[in-house]
Amino acid sequence: MTTPSPTLLAVEGLTKHFPVRRGLLRRTVGQVQAVTDVSFEVGAGETLAIVGESGCGKSTTGRTLLRLLEPTAGAVRLEGTDLLGLSAGQLREMRRKMQIIFQDPYGSLNPRMTVREVLAEPLLLHGVATQATLRAKIAEVLELCGLSAFHAERYPHEFSGGQRQRVGIARALATRPRLIVCDEPVSALDVAIQAQILNLLRRLQDEFGLSYLFISHDLGVVQFICDDIAVMYLGEIVEYADRPTLFSHPRHPYTAVLLEAAPSLARRKSRGYRRQGIVKGDPPSPMNLPAGCAFASRCPQAQDRCRAEKPLLHDTGAGKVACHFPL
Amino acid sequence: MQATGSSQQPLLSVEGLRVEFGIDRSVLRAVDGVSFSVNRGATLGIVGESGCGKSVTSLAIMRLVATPPGRYAGGTIRFDGQDLLSLPESQMRRLRGGRIGMIFQEPMTSLNPVYTCGDQIVESLKVHGDLSPKAARDRAVELLDLVRLPSPSKRVDDYPHQLSGGQRQRVMIALALANDPDLLIADEPTTALDVTIQAQILELMKELQDRTGTAILLITHDLGVVAETCDEVVVMYAGTVVEQAPTGALFGDPQHPYTVGLMAAVPRIDVDADRLATIEGSVPPPWQVMPGCRFASRCPLADDRCRNQPPPLREIAPQHRVACWHAPIEGGTA
Repeated sequence: MTTPSPTLLAVEGLTKHFPVRRGLLRRTVGQVQAVTDVSFEVGAGETLAIVGESGCGKSTTGRTLLRLLEPTAGAVRLEGTDLLGLSAGQLREMRRKMQIIFQDPYGSLNPRMTVREVLAEPLLLHGVATQATLRAKIAEVLELCGLSAFHAERYPHEFSGGQRQRVGIARALATRPRLIVCDEPVSALDVAIQAQILNLLRRLQDEFGLSYLFISHDLGVVQFICDDIAVMYLGEIVEYADRPTLFSHPRHPYTAVLLEAAPSLARRKSRGYRRQGIVKGDPPSPMNLPAGCAFASRCPQAQDRCRAEKPLLHDTGAGKVACHFPL
Repeated sequence: MQATGSSQQPLLSVEGLRVEFGIDRSVLRAVDGVSFSVNRGATLGIVGESGCGKSVTSLAIMRLVATPPGRYAGGTIRFDGQDLLSLPESQMRRLRGGRIGMIFQEPMTSLNPVYTCGDQIVESLKVHGDLSPKAARDRAVELLDLVRLPSPSKRVDDYPHQLSGGQRQRVMIALALANDPDLLIADEPTTALDVTIQAQILELMKELQDRTGTAILLITHDLGVVAETCDEVVVMYAGTVVEQAPTGALFGDPQHPYTVGLMAAVPRIDVDADRLATIEGSVPPPWQVMPGCRFASRCPLADDRCRNQPPPLREIAPQHRVACWHAPIEGGTA
């Protein structure tokens, strides 16, 4: 991976399995393997995108590395500090440096709190502002996010979807973090508003040298915002490369399928466009993973070896891929 | 446009449709003078952002707008020569799910959770046709096979919750196609689905259209989906049609500043960009009274005439209509 800037976040072998309990005694009858052995690095001021479809474990990865969910195994280092070894108090300290923006700006803001209250909480808790400087700090962060100081007195329901997402970004930005996990921050927004928010995220990154872990299913959005990309399928990274390499020369058949499936303005019915290489079927259940490659059941070029032997993520020179027969 | 019926009248024609909602004492006009037509066997896309009136338009065609608070305040909807707005409810019921099929965005909430998929298809077949229980069930299995649901003879007895999102949408399509409709209205049929599943469903709709000659009215916010699947496109903004053209002309030579802005705002996998073009501001709320063009407050080209006189939808090239005083714009502003 080309990471010229110093590493801010290093994730190694991150694993999160959820027990499945059934019956009267709530006995554990199985595991949902949401995230298995995921490793990546995010450089200072850079953006790593995690892409994949529903249930691939991309959101769980984001939440587990922030310890919003406790990981089953693995190591997460932010600026060299191992997050998994921290006590609750130490972890709270670290949270100042790592924040999250959620997909749903409707669900992620407390409807009973004004924007002032939403923003004051992290500012005071982390000692970024005192009562004396609070008003100025809140105005400053709102203006950075394209809102105005008078918005502080309003409740979330008084905002449009785009403005509400700006409040969500302001909340994340308030403590001046180094890393922001962006979990599908624009998927609920209309395209014109989405463009405004994406431009805002880029501008804030340039201004403050922020690093983003950008979780998305939309490859167009990812193409615009990220430096590196990790493609996940059923809880594992199947391909990891820098953006130009991944888009111009995908090595994993699943990546190729995703790129082909993304709707595009350039592919028009009027030009006789007909989609190629549509995969059949649905992904297997994460409770009952196949022995070999997880994508084998849908892969256009799967062979016997793929069904029997699990491919490991290996270096290709330009990135990493987990496939016996990379493209 | 690939009209199969050549010189015949269009299958569906909507003229000057107005739909209002009475909220408290004010009147909110969600659809304000919308006109378009769909030819037999063709696919028309209606595209626009949340609140532009695209879904209300599709509900109005099926006469599913709740009245009150809604009200059909003007215009006509002609389906195969019949005026749907004056049709008695009993005849309207025969059309819905019969000659007009419908697919909605959320396949979980639009299927009934307490009936099996088969039961729901059989019910539709019985309402609209005269089949024996055995024949109806066989036809249900056949339909599930047609939409490529794996092992259809087993799945016919499954409840909706036992299926994945993509499989549920396939059942919805089977249900919509059960009575060989002439028109299929699909309101955001793939919005809740993953891209690989979306690709499967769009391809399936195209294939079924090739086979059955059904016309499709596709409502979506996704310009990429429109480009790939539609013959003709209607762009809506704040309850009105701002541009209407064959797909090639619309994407190759967009003429309304809103269409131009919308296309430029889409992040694309084939283009490297440092900044996305944006449309400043947001859609005006539907209760705001605007004497001129509704897009004027956000439009880079707006002048006094735009703010005071609503621009009519006029033809600037064959089949290419634009509601903008400044059209045609030279070479576009994209």
